[in-house]
Amino acid sequence: MMSRLLQSRGLAQIIALLVILAVDRAVSPQFFDLRMQDGRLFGSLIDVLNRGAPVALLALGMVLVIATRGIDLSVGAVMAISGAIAASLADAHGLPLALAAALGAGLLCGLWNGFLVAVLGIQPIVATLILMVAGRGVAQLITEGRIVTFTAPDLVWLGNGAVLGVPAPVVVVLGMLIVTGAVVRGSALGLLIEATGGNARASELAGIGTRGMILAVYVWCGLCAALAGVIAAADIMGADANNAGLWLELDAILAVVIGGTSLFGGRFSLVLAMVGALIIQAMNTGILLSGYPPEFNLVVKAAVVLVVLLLQSPRFANVGVVLGRARQ
Amino acid sequence: MRRLPPVAITAMVFVVGFALCTVQFPNFASTRVAANLLTDNAFLGIVAAGMTFVIISGGIDLSVGSVIGFTTVFVALAIERLGLPPLVAFAAILLLCAAFGAAMGAVIHVFDMPPFIVTLAGMFLARGASFLMSTESTPISAPLYSTVSDFAVRPPGGGRLTAIALIMLAVVAAGAVLLHFTRFGANVYALGGSRTTTALMGIPVGSMTVRIYMLSSVLAGLAGIVFSFYTAAGYSLSAVGVELDSIAAVVIGGTLLTGGQGSVVGTLLGVLIQGLIQTYINFDGTLSSWWTKIVTGILLFAFIALQQAMLGIARRAGPRKAGVHKS
Repeated sequence: MMSRLLQSRGLAQIIALLVILAVDRAVSPQFFDLRMQDGRLFGSLIDVLNRGAPVALLALGMVLVIATRGIDLSVGAVMAISGAIAASLADAHGLPLALAAALGAGLLCGLWNGFLVAVLGIQPIVATLILMVAGRGVAQLITEGRIVTFTAPDLVWLGNGAVLGVPAPVVVVLGMLIVTGAVVRGSALGLLIEATGGNARASELAGIGTRGMILAVYVWCGLCAALAGVIAAADIMGADANNAGLWLELDAILAVVIGGTSLFGGRFSLVLAMVGALIIQAMNTGILLSGYPPEFNLVVKAAVVLVVLLLQSPRFANVGVVLGRARQ
Repeated sequence: MRRLPPVAITAMVFVVGFALCTVQFPNFASTRVAANLLTDNAFLGIVAAGMTFVIISGGIDLSVGSVIGFTTVFVALAIERLGLPPLVAFAAILLLCAAFGAAMGAVIHVFDMPPFIVTLAGMFLARGASFLMSTESTPISAPLYSTVSDFAVRPPGGGRLTAIALIMLAVVAAGAVLLHFTRFGANVYALGGSRTTTALMGIPVGSMTVRIYMLSSVLAGLAGIVFSFYTAAGYSLSAVGVELDSIAAVVIGGTLLTGGQGSVVGTLLGVLIQGLIQTYINFDGTLSSWWTKIVTGILLFAFIALQQAMLGIARRAGPRKAGVHKS
């Protein structure tokens, strides 16, 4: 995987990340400073990793879904649901049950999405739109319209603790990345997922269980989203069904697209999706540090999406063709 | 109507829903409730009418909510800060929206990119631009605004059919005529049926795509103006999530999300059904307003499942496609 990364593919993303980090360093001289405090590393760089963790987790699930030519719009709502469940159960029932219930809910949400797409054959955008609309309402019912807070130390640790100085959310992301990478790239599974996205009918005829494959990626995506929801809730020691994960599905899709995974399916890169998530977060942090109003975030993001998409567009390869078409 | 069955089912859901509400709350069946239903959902009806065209043509427009937000801020600042007459401000914003929609349509066509992601960028851009103009809510105190909000047709029974409700009904009527009785409308259906076939038939796919997204953005701008009448203010966070509400209304209204089938009248019914759920929750008083989202989600699922079933039947009846499931 590393050798693949070092080849031409992915070079653009790495350079983009380095450029953004350099710009961040220019606007904030202390950007690369790290210090150890209470057994945990602090600094802007760590902050980028830490704040980027939820989007990175979402992107990890999303990248597999997009590789099958799908999309999952419901991940933000799933975050809200799992966060609400974890926050409501943590104080009374302890971490294991709260975590199991929250992840179980994510699993069910993923199963529902996968069922609609793989079994009923509904377009992914439409199928996951249902849960995107209804999911936040469900989360709101779980919290009964309040912001549920909790103090259970082991759940709080998931958002604020550290392992060997590295913040716990970053450790969770790394763990999930390794597990996902080992499963899909350590076996033929990744190839089969790419085949499903490239041409579902041909894959089916070649003996790949495309339905099972599609179902599995949505379940995995739901699980990743649930984990992101738990971390986001642990981070603020509470669950806000209104705002938890709001619009993060768009950031996750953006991270995947920046990572060079085509929305038309057929190929994917887990590591580059992570780099995409880091690029987004490094931009956000940079804008905050520079003292510009955070409102610039959206405009900058829009510009980045457009540029990346134009570069990906099959017709952009030949500018002459583009100009010829525009003149028609 | 061209596609009667799905619209008929939507109409039935609305009538049955209204009847159930009336059984529980006898005051429900009044012109007052009906007129408020139209007024409160006027902006949604207008923007959903535009979304209907986009979805029938096989596309999607995620930018409409942000365009509404942008419009309210633009109108408020133009009138209050720059002192422009409201009508000049309206003309300017509608032109700006037309250019915005045309640009999105052009990018979609020229670069052959999924509408979903292009309009997503448009959504970020429009919302970001409205944040940059102002993050505060700007009240509008132009005399035109009080004139418009005072105006109302008064049917018997104490209802007030407001100006914005009338604008919405006019837009829906004009949209229905445009979709069902003009060449433009026929081309929209053709595009949703099959892009390649449409191009081979000699229809200018590029200019159609540009015009369809232009129509959607202009109607979103109009919805923004109506929204500013409704709230008498411009706020950059207004109409967040309206793109989802309008897509839901279009689908509940019986329009096929894959394109090629649908009607504007159905969309109006879809908007009214969502409004009905909200009104019921207001009448009840104890239910959480979040039930609106959940019930909308359930209806969305029901209608999509219905469409899928009907497609399945149509496929089985028609010539068998070469494919995976040979039997």
